[in-house]
Amino acid sequence: MIAPEKKARDQETLVMDASEVARALTRIAHEILERNKGTQEIALVGIRTGGVHLAHRLARRIQEIERAQVPIGELDITLYRDDLGIRKDQPVLRKTSIPFNVSDLNVILVDDVLFTGRTIRAAMDGLIDLGRPAEIQLAVLVDRGHRQLPIKATYIGKNIPTSREEIVHVYLEEEGEEDRVVLLKNASGGAR
Amino acid sequence: MSLKRKDLVSIASLTLDEITLILDTADSFKEVSGREIKKVPALRGKTVVNLFFEPSTRTRTSFELAAKRLSADVINFSPSSSSVVKGETLLDTARNIEAMQADIIVLRHPDAGAAETLANGVKSSVINAGDGWHEHPTQALLDLFTMREKKLNFKGLRVAIVGDIAHSRVARSNIFGLSKLGAEIRAVGPPTMIPVHLDRLGVRVYYDLDEALRGVDVIMMLRLQLERQGRALFPSIREYSRLYGLTAERVRLAEAGALVMHPGPVNRGVEMAPEVADSFSSVILDQVANGVAVRMGILYLLSGAN
Repeated sequence: MIAPEKKARDQETLVMDASEVARALTRIAHEILERNKGTQEIALVGIRTGGVHLAHRLARRIQEIERAQVPIGELDITLYRDDLGIRKDQPVLRKTSIPFNVSDLNVILVDDVLFTGRTIRAAMDGLIDLGRPAEIQLAVLVDRGHRQLPIKATYIGKNIPTSREEIVHVYLEEEGEEDRVVLLKNASGGAR
Repeated sequence: MSLKRKDLVSIASLTLDEITLILDTADSFKEVSGREIKKVPALRGKTVVNLFFEPSTRTRTSFELAAKRLSADVINFSPSSSSVVKGETLLDTARNIEAMQADIIVLRHPDAGAAETLANGVKSSVINAGDGWHEHPTQALLDLFTMREKKLNFKGLRVAIVGDIAHSRVARSNIFGLSKLGAEIRAVGPPTMIPVHLDRLGVRVYYDLDEALRGVDVIMMLRLQLERQGRALFPSIREYSRLYGLTAERVRLAEAGALVMHPGPVNRGVEMAPEVADSFSSVILDQVANGVAVRMGILYLLSGAN
């Protein structure tokens, strides 16, 4: 593997490289198994779009460790956003696909970056509309702070201190990029 | 991409990208109707008014259900129970409704152009649910959605539209939509029911049903508007049925796996034999189910902030 350059590229700072992303996911998979005492009661639900790829990777690692398949779902939070009807353009709606009953399961929501917490609030509402999970847990690759709601992740790949204006971008192999997390300095607009 | 328009008045005015966006959005909404709790909060606080100047059960119910599944408030307004009989104009009626903070008005009207007039006269979004002989865009979109769902692709898809093309807003909207999507369109019916210059829209005209059905992938039947009998469009229902009624033998002339569609309500034994309506090829009930998803998609896309 080619070592990613650690130098800034147009004020872009590398905060996690491919091997760090891989190790963080492996650790989270172990933590999930430890906390839930195995795979019996758990399901992974990735939040579109970044969380979906990470949910599949966690499921693969859990299978390698425990030799057990974990149900995976994909959740689109668009219809539960708190800014619908405020934005001029309606955001593009994507499919929710959760092919199992979430009731009585420990559902682990998976997302790439935890920021304001608003996405997770929407995701929890969306999930609860589908049933009554025994527990909802949250796994994120990056926690960048600046919460606007009282939400906390159960499993965190890496805490990255940021300023509000910065942008954290997670690149993943599934989207044709080399796995990495970068920090962009005060780029205008599109903060996530 | 998002739908950058206030109203949905016609298929003719939509771009190919807009049609695709509506179909894709509807596809995502289909999942909601399969849930145990069939409701999402996307249109919470919005008001949708069904303003129907013509009798309609399924279109109105479909819009009502779509709006309710999106958590909007719905009011049904029909002229027999209102001041329209007292001589109020369409625009005045609509402005009154708008003054009650209606966000979206769904209009069904007997006159072509009514939806356009209303759209230009009010700030609310207007969705055309059928205006005279002009268009019925949401019906066409749900037909297109059903075809795409079953046949996946429109390129080279052969579609026969059978019946009273001239007086059918459903046919007109479908012809505009299908031609934008690249399908091959055949129109079949007695000469009195085929509009002139249809070939200019790229439609091939047939007067013989058996000939028209050969090799088609989709058979779209139109309802024979029995109330038009006596206008000398066809000699008798019996003759119409013999020449243009869809029977099981005629379905066999089409491609294997061809879809049979109908916008409803079906005149059993007139334009379609009962065994065809109930057959495996019939997707009439899929059309109804898809109608709710398509209308949810349209309501959602039109309800961005103004």
